[in-house]
Amino acid sequence: MTQNDSSAVDYNYDVVRQFTVMTVIWGIVGTLLGVIIAAQLIWPALNFDTPWLTYSRLRPLHTNAVIFAFGTSALFATSYYVVQRTCKTSLFGGSLAAFTFWGWQLVIVLAIITLPLGYTSSKEYAELEWPIDILIAVVWVSYIIVFFGTLIKRKTSHIYVANWFFGGFILTVAVLHIGNSMVIPVSMLKSYSIYSGAIDAMMQWWYGHNAVGFLLTAGFLGMMYYFVPKQAERPIYSYRLSIVHFWALVSLYIWAGPHHLHYTALPDWAQSVGMVMSIVLFLPSWGGMINGIMTLSGAWHKLRYDPILRFLIVSLSFYGMSTFEGPMMAIKSVNALSHYTDWTIGHVHSGALGWVAMISIGAMYHLIPVLFNQGRMYSIKLINVHFWMHTAGVVLYIVAMWISGVMQGLMWRAVNTDGTLTYSFVESLTASYPFYIIRFLGGVLVVAGFILMAYNMFKTIYAEDNSLKRVEQA
Amino acid sequence: MMDYGTLRGVIALLILALFIIIVIWSYNKKRKSTFDKAANSIFEEDRKKENNKQETNNNV
Repeated sequence: MTQNDSSAVDYNYDVVRQFTVMTVIWGIVGTLLGVIIAAQLIWPALNFDTPWLTYSRLRPLHTNAVIFAFGTSALFATSYYVVQRTCKTSLFGGSLAAFTFWGWQLVIVLAIITLPLGYTSSKEYAELEWPIDILIAVVWVSYIIVFFGTLIKRKTSHIYVANWFFGGFILTVAVLHIGNSMVIPVSMLKSYSIYSGAIDAMMQWWYGHNAVGFLLTAGFLGMMYYFVPKQAERPIYSYRLSIVHFWALVSLYIWAGPHHLHYTALPDWAQSVGMVMSIVLFLPSWGGMINGIMTLSGAWHKLRYDPILRFLIVSLSFYGMSTFEGPMMAIKSVNALSHYTDWTIGHVHSGALGWVAMISIGAMYHLIPVLFNQGRMYSIKLINVHFWMHTAGVVLYIVAMWISGVMQGLMWRAVNTDGTLTYSFVESLTASYPFYIIRFLGGVLVVAGFILMAYNMFKTIYAEDNSLKRVEQA
Repeated sequence: MMDYGTLRGVIALLILALFIIIVIWSYNKKRKSTFDKAANSIFEEDRKKENNKQETNNNV
């Protein structure tokens, strides 16, 4: 533990601890909301005829909770931790870091209040109304000041690669959020986008896809570049590949947005640019995945007894899988089948539950003992149980959605010889029911895993300092 | 004065050149030791308290 090391810097771990605990709490809330809306798709009566509980209002709350409450809290925690440790200096900006914590939690609470009440800008992943958007911008600029201020006052000459990814993510999200949230307010809780028509759609998916590319990818790659080597106790497979990976990823991702708008009013050339850029994006994505997984070369045996490492490495496998699937789905002719079907939902969740959640969970299990003066988590066995529950849950979820999605795509496009549609929409819906039940079961496993994690976390936090000893493996 | 299409072509070539420069720069043999040091830097604080058993990743 660094705390016992007299030569260590006085790191600001308070804000890291706060974000870490909230990551686990929001993980439960966000995935539980997902399970509720998954259940509503099977049993529509579960909205109890209450407007606040309808699918249309809870679904954006679910996406906001998992992306901005769970995922972004994990990014705050790990970026603040990694930037201090690798720069050998404490966080810049004094209480500004605490402000980012409380400000961000306030954003989440406001989302939990306004979204079920029906206040929405109706832009996907950017539903929050303009006063909250302004608060997000203020918190985010503070985050930039804290993070880059810490980089500037670093005591090391080199900036470790994880910080490049974190920095790229933080800067780009500021640009995306402010760019896409430009609105003309008509009242405190209603506003209209300054963009119109196809341009508005393009702005929205430039934002939307790069929320995936920079928040859900670059940020978590920063996590990967620190926690995978740390947990494996081996340096990253190729540091030079990580540099090429960074520049290739950040320069390509920004162009991929139009693949969300295939066969729409968006000009054809823009759709084709989006498609081509999405396909090229496969290369840096897999470069990064290989770099992470190959870090284990010569140390594969560690996977046998270390469930934390298992979380981290399996997350990279899901990352590789979904970054192969993504470019494929961006091809127009594939998209003609997959778009608007459950296949997209399956793809998103193999990225979100497989990659984002698993790398975060692994990083949190690594982090919690360090932050709370312990040698290990309260129960390694429970981490292992969590690993298998989460993995089984994700696999059930995505396999169900793949089958359901491809089936929907095929049913919707099937035509009779006289040109009429073979199936009505409701027939495809009925056919999806069994898969919705499998998806629901997968989701329940994921939530249960998170609850187990919270138990393990609080047991670790409340254990007497240094009472949990590290297990040495032969 | 070049037209818009030519300009875009030139920019594409510049970006390609930039990418090649990044690859050559990062894979330059001279920088290997700096990068090895950077890759191992995250283990430094552990090394202080116990004699560390980190191996270098020799395969790259």
